[in-house]
Amino acid sequence: MSFSDSIFWVFATTAVVPAFLILFTRSIVRMAFLLLGSLAGFAGLYLQLNAAFLGFTQVMVYIGGILILFLFGVMLTQRSDIPVREKVGPALAVPGFFAGLLLMAALLFIALQNPWKTHPPVPVTEPDTPVIGIKLLSTYILPFEAVSILLLAAMVGATYIARVQAPGAPDGQAELSDSNAEGRLE
Amino acid sequence: MTLSLSFCLHLSAAIFSIGVYGVLTRSNLIVILMSLEIMLNAVNLSLVAFGRAFLTDLTRDPSGPQVFVIMVLAVAAAEAAVGLSILLAVYRKWRTTNAGEIDLLKG
Repeated sequence: MSFSDSIFWVFATTAVVPAFLILFTRSIVRMAFLLLGSLAGFAGLYLQLNAAFLGFTQVMVYIGGILILFLFGVMLTQRSDIPVREKVGPALAVPGFFAGLLLMAALLFIALQNPWKTHPPVPVTEPDTPVIGIKLLSTYILPFEAVSILLLAAMVGATYIARVQAPGAPDGQAELSDSNAEGRLE
Repeated sequence: MTLSLSFCLHLSAAIFSIGVYGVLTRSNLIVILMSLEIMLNAVNLSLVAFGRAFLTDLTRDPSGPQVFVIMVLAVAAAEAAVGLSILLAVYRKWRTTNAGEIDLLKG
């Protein structure tokens, strides 16, 4: 096994094992940190696939952004009287297990049976990042702008949905003091 | 570079199924969102692997699939932000994040 092979195996294990352990973890905070490991493994895989820009974007967007959001979500919705634990009953676990297993079998079947017309890998001589930047602002300018509008809409919408309602508003009066505390945390 | 397409696809299939299991079985909204992110990551991995495997010298444009993945990343970020704000709003009203207990269509 060559060196690059072993590096790849390290990243693949880092991506799969924490994702798998999430299924058996009951503390949500622990799950969030396992998710961190899995996302870092994905970033390493992107680096191995010569997608350096994606690898670092993955670290910044997922680990630096989305995961922190999840941790905020966990900590803002914790109640001291109910421990943040998850329990999966057999009524859900058994059908879910078979659904996941069937889906994995189908995907693996497709991946194995389809005669992929792949080419021998092209040696990479220069980084892709300048090409991506130029393409994003020329060929893919329309999707780029559409996604920016989507992000703006999501930002405004998220702020509106999660806002603390003013006194006198029809909802949320009973829990106003608690809501205010949460609003400050945001 | 010995990273083969089929290996990436197998990895992606395994992780995607893990995400599906999580979405189907977990009852906490945050955990469901986390499993969704795992599924999105698995799809991204297969997109990047396809983009690399079908890259030829003639059509040397490596950016296409990567731009696709960047769009998926942006949509995932928007989804996480909106999802977690909905989670906060739901928690304020019901004092729970258990998807099984939130059973009212009327606000």
